[in-house]
Amino acid sequence: MKLDSITLSVIQAGLQQVCDEMDLSFSQAAFSPVIAEANDRSDGIYAAADGALIAQGAGGLPVFVGTMQYSTAELIRLIGEGAATPPEPNDIYIVNDPYLGGTHLMDVRFVRPYYRGGKLWCWLSNTGHWPDTGGSVPGGFSASATAVEQEGLRLPPVKLFKKGVLDQEIYAIICSNIRVADQRIGDVKAQAAALEVGADRLDLLLERYGDDTVQAAIDELRERASRQMRQMIRRMPDGVWQSTAYLDSDGVVDQPLVISLRVTKDDDRLIFDFAGSSPPCRGPMNSVLATTQSSVYLAMRHIFPEVPISAGAFEPLEIIRPVGTFLDAQYPRPVSGCAAEVSQRIAEAVFAALVGALPNRVTAAPAGTSGNFALGGHDAERGRDFVMYQLSGGGYGGNADSDGLSNGCSTIGISKAPPVEIMEQAFPVLYHHYALHEGSAGAGQMRGGFGLDYELELRNGEARASFVMDHGRFGPQGALGGRDGDVNKVVVLRDGTSYVPEHLSKEQDIALAPGDRVWVRTPGGGGYGDPLQRPLNAVFEDVRLNRYSAAQARDLFGVVVNDEHSSGVDKPATKRLRQEMRRHS
Amino acid sequence: MDKKETEHSGDLIGVDVGGTFTDLVRLDQATGRVRLAKVASTLENQAFGVMQALAEAETTLPDVALVVHGTTTTTNAVLERKLSRTGLITTAGFRDILELGRRTRPQPYGMKGQFLPIISRDLRLEVGERMDHAGRIVTPLDEDAVRTAGHSLLAAGVESVVVHFLHAYANPTHERRAADILAEFWPNEYITTGHSLLSESREFERGVTAAVNASVQPILKRYIGRLDDELVAGGYGGELLVMNGNGGTVSAKRVVREAAKTVMSGPASGVIAAAYTGRAARRRNLITYDMGGTSTDVALIRDGEPSVSHEIELEYAMPIHVPMVDVRTIGAGGGSIARVNDAGLLEVGPQSAGADPGPICYGRGGDEPTISDANLLLGRLDVSKLKSVPGAVDLAKIRAIFQKKLGDPLATDAETAAAAVLQMATTRMAGATRMVSVSLGEDPRDFSLFAFGGAGPMHATALARELGVPEVLVPARPGITNALGCIVADLKHDFVRTVNRPLDLIDIEQVTTIINAQRDEGMALIRQEPVAIDEIRVTHSLDMQFVGQTHILQVPLPADQVNRAAIQAAFDEVYFARFRVSLPEIRAQIVNINTTVTGRRPDVDLAGLIDDAGRAKTLAAAQTGARAVWFNGDWQETRIFAREALPLDAAITGPAILEQMDTMVLIEPGDTAVLDSDGNILITLGEGS
Repeated sequence: MKLDSITLSVIQAGLQQVCDEMDLSFSQAAFSPVIAEANDRSDGIYAAADGALIAQGAGGLPVFVGTMQYSTAELIRLIGEGAATPPEPNDIYIVNDPYLGGTHLMDVRFVRPYYRGGKLWCWLSNTGHWPDTGGSVPGGFSASATAVEQEGLRLPPVKLFKKGVLDQEIYAIICSNIRVADQRIGDVKAQAAALEVGADRLDLLLERYGDDTVQAAIDELRERASRQMRQMIRRMPDGVWQSTAYLDSDGVVDQPLVISLRVTKDDDRLIFDFAGSSPPCRGPMNSVLATTQSSVYLAMRHIFPEVPISAGAFEPLEIIRPVGTFLDAQYPRPVSGCAAEVSQRIAEAVFAALVGALPNRVTAAPAGTSGNFALGGHDAERGRDFVMYQLSGGGYGGNADSDGLSNGCSTIGISKAPPVEIMEQAFPVLYHHYALHEGSAGAGQMRGGFGLDYELELRNGEARASFVMDHGRFGPQGALGGRDGDVNKVVVLRDGTSYVPEHLSKEQDIALAPGDRVWVRTPGGGGYGDPLQRPLNAVFEDVRLNRYSAAQARDLFGVVVNDEHSSGVDKPATKRLRQEMRRHS
Repeated sequence: MDKKETEHSGDLIGVDVGGTFTDLVRLDQATGRVRLAKVASTLENQAFGVMQALAEAETTLPDVALVVHGTTTTTNAVLERKLSRTGLITTAGFRDILELGRRTRPQPYGMKGQFLPIISRDLRLEVGERMDHAGRIVTPLDEDAVRTAGHSLLAAGVESVVVHFLHAYANPTHERRAADILAEFWPNEYITTGHSLLSESREFERGVTAAVNASVQPILKRYIGRLDDELVAGGYGGELLVMNGNGGTVSAKRVVREAAKTVMSGPASGVIAAAYTGRAARRRNLITYDMGGTSTDVALIRDGEPSVSHEIELEYAMPIHVPMVDVRTIGAGGGSIARVNDAGLLEVGPQSAGADPGPICYGRGGDEPTISDANLLLGRLDVSKLKSVPGAVDLAKIRAIFQKKLGDPLATDAETAAAAVLQMATTRMAGATRMVSVSLGEDPRDFSLFAFGGAGPMHATALARELGVPEVLVPARPGITNALGCIVADLKHDFVRTVNRPLDLIDIEQVTTIINAQRDEGMALIRQEPVAIDEIRVTHSLDMQFVGQTHILQVPLPADQVNRAAIQAAFDEVYFARFRVSLPEIRAQIVNINTTVTGRRPDVDLAGLIDDAGRAKTLAAAQTGARAVWFNGDWQETRIFAREALPLDAAITGPAILEQMDTMVLIEPGDTAVLDSDGNILITLGEGS
C-alpha cells in the first residue's frame, strides 16, 4: 500500500498520542513519587514480530529511549523457545531481568499483547522504576554488591495478569520479597491501567484509519525515520573521533573504569566502537548491552532532538557489541549502577567524541551523575523506619549558545528534585544549607553551570548513609579548550571529625547518630572554548555574585578583578596576564 | 444616591489590554445597548490605549457606573524581566533556592538552556532563623540581622522586598516579625512575605510566587495610578476593578497587595466570558478554544465553572502558585510555520512566524508558509482584505512559496499542501486538547467547543470533528471575549491551607474551624468592596491523595458534609472516576483545605452584543456574496454572510462563511448553524469529511 505523506504524518501523530496518553495515565495514577513526580517511567508500542519500537511517549524518562524494544524482543524469543507461556488477550507479563534486554532490577516492565481480529497485532509495554525490589539495601542501589542476587528479586517474563485478572500467587511472591510492599498495589494497578488506556486509544486509531493503512504507515514511518537520521549524519563532516570517559570506581575495587569510544562516520551511518573499555567489574557499575545501546541512542537524541524516537531512527547507528567489557555485562554481574551512572558516562563519551564535529549542537560534559545519596534507618520521633533518597543535579556543559545551566537534572532524567521542605516533612533530617556549589563551573569561553552544595543533619533515631555518585575523581570534561568542571565531593561529619569515603563518590552503610551531618557538593559542568576568550564583564559578573572567587578569575580566566568592593576589572593587568598565560599554554 | 445603586443604571465598561489590541465593551444598563471598540495596545503605558478605546466607544465618563479592567502590565513585566529592583531576605543557607530551582532543564532532550532568577544573587541576603516542618523554632530570628539586611538592600537601591523563610507555611511568626521590623523603616508598602500569598510547602514555588509579587507591585501600582488619574481627569467618579488570574475581580485599591494574582489574568477573562455565555446558552460543559495570531489556548469549563489550577508555570521554571483559571497554551496560533522535514513528513509548528515578520500575507518579509497563509490560499480568508494591508503580497506569491516549500517535496499542488497544513494543525491541536482534558479526567466528547479569538471560529469545526465534540458555540463577539469577561466577572477570593494529615487521624473539628475562618475572611473582604453584589457564595474543597502519593485530586466539600465518612466516600468516587482504580487497601490523606468566596455581581444581558436593528429580515438579505473555498480536495462555491445581519431564526447549512468585524466563522459542508436569542451561533457537526 502506498500512502501519501499527509496520511503518514497524521498517523504518526496518532501513534504518538496513544503513547503520550499512556505516560499521562501512568504518572497520574502512580503511587510512588519516583513515577508520579520524577516520571521515572516510559510507555511505548512495539512490533508484534520482533519487538521493534514503533512509538514511545514524549514524556518518558530519557534513559528508556529504546530499551523496551530489547525486553520485548527477548520475551518474543522466549515464547518462541517455549521458555515463556504464549500470550492470550488481556494478559500482562512482568519482567525485570537485566540480562533479558533490561536495565537494573528496579525498572520493572509490563508487556501486554494487543490483538486485532484474534491475531497478535503489536505489543504495548511500559517500564516503571519501583522504589524497591528487595536485595541487600533498601532501594536497590547497593554500592558494594558483587552479584545480581544481592541487588534484588529478579523476575523472568511471567504473566502477572492472566486474561485481565491479577495472579494473586505471583503477586504474593513479589510482595514477600520487597520492602514497603503494601503500597505497591497502587503502582501495579496504575502501570496496568496505562496499558489499558493504550489499548483503548489504539482501537480508536485503527478503527478510524483501518488496520492495513496503519500497518503500512508504521512500516513507511520506520523507513522515513531512518532516512531522517541518515540525512543528519550525512551533513556531518567525515571523520573518525575518539574519546575517553572515566568512572571513579565500581564501588568495590578502588580503581577507575575506562570507557574508550571510537566513532566512525561511514557516509550516512555512525559506527560506535567501545573496544578497549575496561573489562567487567566486580561492583555494580556494569552495564547490560541493552542499556549501553540505549545510552548511545539517548546521547544522539540529545544531539538531534528533532528526530522522533523509533526503531528506524536507530538503524543508522551501529553499535559494535562491546564483548568482554563492562559495557556488555553477563549474569551474574551486578548492574544497579548501569542506568543511573554508567549510562551517563557513555553519553559523556559520545558528546566528547562528537563535539568537534558538531560544535553548535553538542555541549561540553554535563555533571553526569545522579548523585544518589540514600539514608535509611529509624525515625524515633515518628516511630517508624524510613528510606530517603536525595538525588541531585549538577552543572551542564558550556555550549555554543550559552553558559551551562546550573543544577540541571541528570542527562538521563527529567525529574524535579523534591523540595527541602517536603524532605524534612517526611524524614528526620534538617538541612543546613542548599546552595550553589561556588567555583565549580568548568572555565571556558562559555563556562559550565554550577553544581549543588547541600548539608543535612540527622535529627533523631539512627541511620545509615550510602552514596552511589560519580565524577569524584575526574570532573566533567571541558570541550574545545574549556576546562573540566569541579569534582563531586562527599564529606561525612561525625562526632566532630570529618570522613571522606575511600572511593570518594561511593560507599555503603556509613552509620550516623543524631547530630551527624552529610555534606555533598555536586560537579560543575565542563567549560566550552578557551577561558581566555571569555568576555571580561562575564567574568566580573560571576565574581561580583560570588560564584567564582577573584583568585579563580585570575587563575582560570586571566582576569584581574579589583577588590570586591570596587567596581570592575583591572584592564591593563588583565591584558598582561592573559598574554602571559597564552604564552605558557 | 449611593454609589452601589447608581451602578445598576449607568454604563458598565469592560476593557482588556492584550498583546496587540485593547478591546472595550460599553454596556448601557438602562437600554441594554452595547458599544465596542478595538484599538492598538500601547504597551509602554497601557492607559493611553484604554483612554483611546473609551474615546472610540464615545464614552461619557461621568455616565459610567463601573470600569472593570484586564491588564497585561504584570505579565509583560515578568516575561520581559522589566521588574522593579527587588531584594530577598531569607533563611541562612538558602538564598540560592530561587536560582537552583527544582533541578530541571527546559526540554527533555537537548542539554542546553538557561535560567535567569527573578532576584539577583547579590540582592538575596540571609539572616539567622529556622523553623522545622512542624513549625517549631530551631533557631530564633536574628532581629538585628533583619534590620541590617533591610538597610543594605535599601542602600543597594532596592524598592521591593521579599521575606521568605523555610516552613513559614507551618509557622509564619518569623516572617511576620521580620516584616514588622522592616516596616519600621521601609519607605513604601512593598513588603511581601512568602506565606501570605501561598501557605503551602515547597520553598521554590512559594519563593518565586512571592518574588514575582514583590517585583511587580510598584509597576502595577504606578500603572493603576496613571489609569486612575486619567479616568478621574475625564470625570469618572466610580470604582475601578481589576481582573485577577482566578477569574474574579478585585478593587484597584487592593490589587497591588497581591499583584502576582494579576499575572495570567488576560486568558482568564476569556474563559470567564465563555462560562457566562455558556450558562446563558444552557451549555455548561465547554472546552474553550482561543486561537489568535501567536498562540492557541484551551481551558475546560465543567458545570458552568472554569477549572482552576494552583500550579501554573508562566514559563520555564517560573511557577506562580496561586489559584488561577487553568488555561493552557497548546500551540502557536495562525503564525505557526509549516515545513517538510528530512523524513519527507509535514510538520506544523512549534516554530512560529510570530507577529514580526509574521505570515507571508502580512507582507513584512515573512517567507515561511503558515496556517494563516494556508487559509488565504484556500479561500477561507478574504483575499480582497489583503489589499488593505500596506505592502501586502498577492496570492500568487503565497501560492508560489507553498508550491516550492511544501508542494514540491510532498509531490502535490499548493492547494493540497495548504489543506494538509490545516489538517496537520488540527491533528496537533486536537492531540494537545485531548491531553488537557484527559489530564483533568474528562472525555472531550462530553463537551461543546467554545470558539473565540481571531482564528478560533475558523478552525473550530475541524477541531471539534477531530475531537469527537458534537457542537461548536461561537459567541456573538468572538474578537472581544476578554473584555466581555471583565464585565461579567464576579468578585472572588481564594484561600488555601496546607494540613497534610491522613483522613483517619485528622481532627475534624479543626477542618471545620479552618473552613469557617476562610469563609469569614473572604466574606469580610467582599463586603468591604464598594460595588454591588447580588449574593455571596462560599464553596470548599479538599486536595486529597492516598498516603504515599504525590499527585493530588480536588474533592468537593459541602459545608454540611464535614465528616470522615462523607469525605472518604467523596474521595473514592472522584478517584475512581478519574483513574478507574479503587484502592481500599490504602489510607486517604488531606493535603490542602480550599475555600473560594464569590461575590456575585448582577447579571448582564448579552442580547445587545449584536444590535437587532441591524438584522436582515431573511437569510438571503444577509448574504453579501459568494466565493470559491477549498473543501475536501476541491473548490466549492460558498455563500458569504454578514454575521451581524443574520436573522435570529436563520438556519444555515454549510459550506458557508460568516464574516464580522475581526473574525470569521467557517461552516463546513454538511454542518448546520443556528442562532440563539443572544446571537450565539451553534454549529452542529454533520457527518462531514
